[in-house]
Amino acid sequence: MIDDLIDRMLGGDKRAAARLITLVENDDERAREIVKKIYRYTGNAHVVGITGPPGSGKSTLLDKLIKVVRKEGSIVGVIAIDPTSPFTGGALLGDRIRMQRHSTDPGVFIRSMATRGSLGGLAKATSDAIKVLDAFGCDVIFVETVGVGQIEVDIVKTADTVVLTTVPGLGDDIQAIKAGLMEIANIFVVNKADKEGADATVFELELMLDLEKEKWKNSWRPRILKTVAMTGRGVEELWSVIKEHREYLLKTGRITEKRKFRAEEEVKTIVSSMIAKRIGKKMQDEELMYLIDKIISRELDPYSAAEVVLEKSLGVKV
Amino acid sequence: MAERSKVRIIVAKPGLDGHDRGAKVIARALRDAGFEVIYTGIRQTPEQIVESVIQEDADVLGISILSGAHMVLIPKILRLLEEKGLKPNRDVLVIAGGIIPPDDAQELEKMGVAKVFGPGSPIEDIVEFIDENITKLRKFSS
Repeated sequence: MIDDLIDRMLGGDKRAAARLITLVENDDERAREIVKKIYRYTGNAHVVGITGPPGSGKSTLLDKLIKVVRKEGSIVGVIAIDPTSPFTGGALLGDRIRMQRHSTDPGVFIRSMATRGSLGGLAKATSDAIKVLDAFGCDVIFVETVGVGQIEVDIVKTADTVVLTTVPGLGDDIQAIKAGLMEIANIFVVNKADKEGADATVFELELMLDLEKEKWKNSWRPRILKTVAMTGRGVEELWSVIKEHREYLLKTGRITEKRKFRAEEEVKTIVSSMIAKRIGKKMQDEELMYLIDKIISRELDPYSAAEVVLEKSLGVKV
Repeated sequence: MAERSKVRIIVAKPGLDGHDRGAKVIARALRDAGFEVIYTGIRQTPEQIVESVIQEDADVLGISILSGAHMVLIPKILRLLEEKGLKPNRDVLVIAGGIIPPDDAQELEKMGVAKVFGPGSPIEDIVEFIDENITKLRKFSS
């Protein structure tokens, strides 16, 4: 069944691609099988992350970007992520609303994903879903993160180019996001730039970047753009700067660095989750509870307990 | 029973009226019941709705319609689904709600809508209906 789906997906069947995304999202075993089989068809798409606070206009901006990119004839994939409720496991995915006009465009594939417990701003299966869209033949894949605050920076491990949207008037929040989000952007977009304070926000960002003048001498200095996503103002320029960043990555060989970093992170994540699963299978609940009781009664500390768990389940001494 | 958080439901509103309060209430209630709900917004064409079902690999399509055009739009959606190889009640469970007179509801249910929920239908009934029928879909039985 999987082989058939993969053949159909490679042949351009959207339904098969959609089904494969569901499978990588729902079922770890299947995900493994699928990724193993499609990996050699991936690596062609440029992955662009769009991140920023809730309501900063990510989906609307994306809607306009798709329009610009499609004019050039490139095939576009979109993965739009919204949060899962930590209480019910349910989710309301609403990013699609703003992009619906592209639904019927054969060269656009839009998929909504829920975070399903993941906290870094992406869904757990985002990178596997990207691989499916990449193999499917998308030239550009936009990944819209959940509305983020300060530390949801997983997008940097996933995207080639990171666009951070902000809006005028967040004021001191700009300062506050310095340590986490601010570091990952390749392009800052001050959206809703028709609102008062847009120039001040641009100025604050420039000042912040000026603090690291030395660093930018031999690396990409993040660009700051103003847009009004509702009207499409500035969106063409945004797309040309995204392409410029891509050129930069290719010309300097930074793309290889990024991909190495990404592959390393990915392997580590897979290994940890495989180990966690194996521990779950090998260790009886009673054995674990026995250790937990010992920790509570202070006969054992958590580190020693972890050593016991690893030794029993994986046969390794640490 | 299929795990609700892995059941994907599209709530779509075809037609030209902009009254989407009902659709939003339903979308929110299904979210609270633990489903993954994709809300596509108002004024959707049948083509857009069917493409969304395909790309989102939805298990359930919930159509909210108040404009009176249900006997035109819903059959068109069913037809387009079939054209794309999606058989109602085998590949996707189609349910509808809004202002649909009983005679029309019967007619639609003959055409392939799994169930029409009239105004005032308790959300529990809708959730129960989905729980019971979702497992009959091919992808959940395979």
